[in-house]
Amino acid sequence: MTARLLSAAALSPGFSDPVHQGQQVFRSVMMALARPGRLTAIEAAGIQPPAPLTPALAAMALALADYDTPLWLDPALARSDAVGQFLKFHTGASVMTSPLEATFALVSDARTLPALSSFALGTLEYPDRSTTLLIGVDSFTGGKAVTLTGPGIETTQPLRVSPVPVTFWDQAEDNTRLFPRGVDMVFAAGNEIVGLPRSTSITRSEA
Amino acid sequence: MYVAVKGGEKAIRNAHRLMATKRRGDRSVPGLTLDQIAGQLAIAVTRVMGEGSLYDEGLAALAIKQARGDLIEAVFLLRAYRTTLPRFGYSEPVDTGAMLVERRISATFKDLPGGQLLGPTFDYTHRLLDFKLAADGELDTPLTAEVTETAMPRVTDLLSGEGLIEEDVQPEETAAVGDLTREPLSFPAGRDLRLQNLARGDEGFLLALAYSTQRGYGRTHPFAGEIRYGAVEVEFFAEELGFAVPLGRINVTECQMVNQFKGSAKVPPQFTRGYGLVFGQVERKAMSMAMVDRSLRCEELGEERTAPAQDEEFVMSHSDNVQATGFVEHLKLPHYVDFQAELDLVRRMRGEWFDRQAADQAAASDAIGSGATDTSEKEAAE
Amino acid sequence: MTAVAITETEGEYNFAYLDEQTKRMIRRAILKGIAIPGYQVPFAAREMPMPYGWGTGGVQVTAAVLGREDTLKVIDQGSDDTTNAVAIRGFFEKTAQVKTTSATKDATIIQTRHRIPEKELTEDQILVFQVPIPEPLRFLEPRETETRKMHALEEYGLMHVKLYEDIAHHGRIATTYAYPVKVADRYVMDPSPTPKFDNPKIDNMKALQLYGAGREKRIYAIPPYTKVKSLDFDDHPFEVQKFDKPCGLCGARHVYLDEVVLDDQGGRMFVCSDSDYCEERRADGHLGDMAANPAASHLAGKSSGTAKTEAGE
Repeated sequence: MTARLLSAAALSPGFSDPVHQGQQVFRSVMMALARPGRLTAIEAAGIQPPAPLTPALAAMALALADYDTPLWLDPALARSDAVGQFLKFHTGASVMTSPLEATFALVSDARTLPALSSFALGTLEYPDRSTTLLIGVDSFTGGKAVTLTGPGIETTQPLRVSPVPVTFWDQAEDNTRLFPRGVDMVFAAGNEIVGLPRSTSITRSEA
Repeated sequence: MYVAVKGGEKAIRNAHRLMATKRRGDRSVPGLTLDQIAGQLAIAVTRVMGEGSLYDEGLAALAIKQARGDLIEAVFLLRAYRTTLPRFGYSEPVDTGAMLVERRISATFKDLPGGQLLGPTFDYTHRLLDFKLAADGELDTPLTAEVTETAMPRVTDLLSGEGLIEEDVQPEETAAVGDLTREPLSFPAGRDLRLQNLARGDEGFLLALAYSTQRGYGRTHPFAGEIRYGAVEVEFFAEELGFAVPLGRINVTECQMVNQFKGSAKVPPQFTRGYGLVFGQVERKAMSMAMVDRSLRCEELGEERTAPAQDEEFVMSHSDNVQATGFVEHLKLPHYVDFQAELDLVRRMRGEWFDRQAADQAAASDAIGSGATDTSEKEAAE
Repeated sequence: MTAVAITETEGEYNFAYLDEQTKRMIRRAILKGIAIPGYQVPFAAREMPMPYGWGTGGVQVTAAVLGREDTLKVIDQGSDDTTNAVAIRGFFEKTAQVKTTSATKDATIIQTRHRIPEKELTEDQILVFQVPIPEPLRFLEPRETETRKMHALEEYGLMHVKLYEDIAHHGRIATTYAYPVKVADRYVMDPSPTPKFDNPKIDNMKALQLYGAGREKRIYAIPPYTKVKSLDFDDHPFEVQKFDKPCGLCGARHVYLDEVVLDDQGGRMFVCSDSDYCEERRADGHLGDMAANPAASHLAGKSSGTAKTEAGE
């Protein structure tokens, strides 16, 4: 790969200090998945990915992906050459057309999120061979309220994510029922992320 | 006291300092140079390179010196160093058919194209201690011959024309070759991973396994089809250039075992093969590897799996001497917390055992109306 | 002469020793482990500059998680001063220049072998276990292919049979450490060779627990507030070791004690296995009945990692 083939967007800044920023972002993702539903701060300052990739999504991709981890991009991201080049340049990861082959799925427009069951769900013997979804959303204040219980949650944990597809929470419940198979999700809005691993039980709140 | 090891930091520092002195030995004697080790203990060096999975004579010699000649410790040092090296990619497969052969023997044919070439070997030496060597006496210059251009085809290639011997399975061009240093091992493993595991495996372990197959624990009827030792070129396909560039030469020993096979429902009677390839001239390891490789192919060839050498999980999980020595030697670490738990349990179980014994005896003596004494009483009270 | 050339490259290691790609690989395994509590995630463990079986799994997990701002505590058998704990702590001081401590409350990451600190851990702490044999079913079934199936099908009958045979033969479950647990009602897991005394601590623990097995190449995890049940039977409920006496140095009860042989005349005493806990109690003025005994003075000695004065003398 030579630099002249790359657009300026591809070379737009990733981590200025990959060792320590990568570690900080990982710790945020780790704690988010260890405490499902809790808002966790993520440090993405300085990362200027091409739109529609957001700094928080880009930070997670840069911290976790490399040439061993195929990526899947949602249509909005896949349409942008600049996004593809930026990710290729900073992570070395290849982009798959089939969500089944992806270790990580990057979703910038949560409304168009494909069925969760279209991603790799792992097998009963190797449930870890599954896709982790990194999903950009607008906020953790709007949308339907759900209540989470399960590992990582002391009693119950309320959560709102907006926007998500109409059938999303049904699918998420199905995903939990698949345990130990299933996908794990991390939502990002602004400088905050929320983890929703397959181990979390979901109940729809009345309000 | 072993337990508390208070001030452990100082103790460790001092122990290592003492070890460095012991390693140096008598200071009035010149220290070993790495050139001396690499040049005169060449087989130790290549064994360390092979099991350490790093072809670097200088570093292997240093590891041997640092390890005071403990080759497994030296392998460990080399492995730990290897992990820290950047990885540029995988080389092209080496072509042992194009080897610059220094030694080549076949036990299956009296003569063959390219001829038998005895080369440097301990074979046929009388194992008598050579006291002249102790005094570093005069050395005869070895005889040399012109390098011939005669091709030295591999024996297995000579036989394959007739269909008498199984073809080398040609993997698809694009098939990925496994690498157990980068991916966690899962079973069943392919032959690629098995061979990698054996190539890194402990010489003594493979030797014992190969030997066990000769004594009936999974017999494979092997013949040493060919053993060749010499230099092969290592090439690396450079993406930017679009062609393979040579990186240098390494010395390897290749062993192809040829095994009689009675055939199965799917496969006609023919000779099957076992393959061994190691760095340097470590023939014992190459032969053992080839025999164990063949044994491990039992399932593929429809043979019953009955012996340890045929058991992929058993062999692959225990062949690595760095893993094995670590776990065996970790028993030196303190375990007093667990031992305390066991102490408590054994004390209680002993107490109950003696109580039961006493009760049984009392019942028995009541039955016969005599007052037998109980010698266990004292212990039971503990 | 073949001149052997060695180039000096020593001392140029990445932060926390591992290269970034290796860290990412380990980090991905940790995330899966957290999402599937108690499931052993295979990972491509690297060769470390310390032997397999001496904590390479825990060290790799710590190296992958550790950041500049962390404060690390390392214990072995409950103590910060045992030789292997000293060696591992030294490794991270050298390769990551992080702060280290022996005070449980000051640590953000605690790497341990065979014990869990007596002081309750907090949500802001991470407990990293060194694991020798991660597979709880290994001694019942040596084959990985078989045990993997058993976990897949949640087929744990063999384990119950084994525990029940114990009861039949010995009147009790004869497992005193590495006592198997069921995590979040799904996976049977080996809590590493901690005495079963510590099992209740891993149930509903506030801190995140990460388990690393380097030689066996497995990582697993228990998120905070996760139900962890020690296997037992209705008629033989799980119970922990009880000590008749308190700690001879600090008088603590309901803690795990080490038996220390004082002489060859049967003289012995029991002291806290958690050295930091014991020192802190003595600093607060708690004294055990052996604290002033000259025979125990070398045990009460100030440990190298702390600045506290000991109240025991």
